[in-house]
Amino acid sequence: MEAHYWWVIGGVLFTLLNTAAGLIWLERRMLALWQDRYGPNRAGPFGILIVLADTLKLFFKEDWIPPFADKVVFVFAPAVVVASVLMAFAVVPFGPNIVVADMNIGILFFLAMSSLGVYSIVLGGWASNNKYALLGAMRGASQMISYEVFMGLALMGTVVLSGTFNLGKIVEAQRGMWYIFPQLLGFLIFFIAGIAETHRLPFDIPEAESELVAGFHSEYSGMKFGMFFIGEYLGITLISSMIVTLYFGGWLGPAFLPGVIWFILKTFVFISVFILLRASMPRPRYDQLMEYGWKVLFPLSLLNLLGTAAIKLLIDK
Amino acid sequence: MGTAFYIAAAVAILSTIMVITRYNIMHALLYFIVSLLSVAVVFYLYGAPFMAALEVIIYAGAIMVLIIFFVMMLSLGSQTAGDERSWMTPGVWIGPSILCIVLLGELVFLILQPAGPAGEVRVVEPKEVGLSLFGPYILAVELAGMLLMAGIVGAYHLGRQKKKIVHRFLETSES
Repeated sequence: MEAHYWWVIGGVLFTLLNTAAGLIWLERRMLALWQDRYGPNRAGPFGILIVLADTLKLFFKEDWIPPFADKVVFVFAPAVVVASVLMAFAVVPFGPNIVVADMNIGILFFLAMSSLGVYSIVLGGWASNNKYALLGAMRGASQMISYEVFMGLALMGTVVLSGTFNLGKIVEAQRGMWYIFPQLLGFLIFFIAGIAETHRLPFDIPEAESELVAGFHSEYSGMKFGMFFIGEYLGITLISSMIVTLYFGGWLGPAFLPGVIWFILKTFVFISVFILLRASMPRPRYDQLMEYGWKVLFPLSLLNLLGTAAIKLLIDK
Repeated sequence: MGTAFYIAAAVAILSTIMVITRYNIMHALLYFIVSLLSVAVVFYLYGAPFMAALEVIIYAGAIMVLIIFFVMMLSLGSQTAGDERSWMTPGVWIGPSILCIVLLGELVFLILQPAGPAGEVRVVEPKEVGLSLFGPYILAVELAGMLLMAGIVGAYHLGRQKKKIVHRFLETSES
């Protein structure tokens, strides 16, 4: 048991960090494909060594801390995003019996960790002591706080159906039918909130390079910027694997492949959707984003929860 | 479990002391977040995982972010650290400290009493919390809901603005 446990932790960490690094290459290649150009294709087969080149470049850049910044907080902020996302992966069931912490409050733990992720943006923007960074941090804080609300409410639909917060048991409860069918609305709200939570395009208004230089990480360079970068890719992976776990049956699938492979395949489909969104959607204005959240998604997620609970009660009677 | 509790409790106490003694308000708030997180660990250890999760989601993840948000808006921080330093005179903190020490003495006395009730740790599932909230304590939930409603109405009233037309040709000259 003990040995199995360490293998799981090591394997999960190894896979995740490599996935996050590999996504640098995957994203550029796919963006290039959709924009009818080649993308990185020189270093190594299909240009995959761009990952190595990028990492080396980040390591050798001057690691500069602005003299006007709050030094401790400035250094601390990029670590928060990576740490909180990696912690959230502890409750994701990657396969039958492959989970780091089989918690009874799995979903709540995921929500807690993703709400702690806000601090990296807020603190990074504040500690930079720069007006563009501060504006980005404010946008990031209000966007992530608002979208967390609908994210939690949308998840509660699956909790009502399965009667548990434990992610492993939620996967087991989907043996008859994946929750995407009864929870289509919940899935859509969760997906949109997930994009806003990872502040990816089209909802990347905390960075919005056309108006705010680079938003909250304007002052960051070298590996500190790299941490924000890796944190963003890990966030995409986290939201994709949560979508798969909650709505697409997790590791369930036809028996000719092991559960883990199914999980990885499904997760990669959603990661590709994230990249496709970046290639195809324009960025909304900041107030449009907030209005859309509070006036459309919030009532819809409440209705979804109410409807799910009512139907569940009716069927149980 | 005992060791984990003592570590979490020590972190909570130390970080709370740091909250009080920091001059830079942002650093104080960061220590406050650490204090909330360690209290969540204590909740988790003593059989209340649901409370622990809510402590992190609501206190550390939402309320503290809002407070930091306002501190950012007002641009407090290193600029006001000087003010804070001048306000932190012995006359201000000696009174509360004496009162706290009296309370601490009382607490130590109570703990040292021999017939303490044996603390049986029992894990309280989220379902149980929900059932008791919407069963015997329904009145408290409804009262809290009304309070929140009043807050929302008040915020709407304060934040409501007439739609302004900013185009110079369409602007009506009233002010």
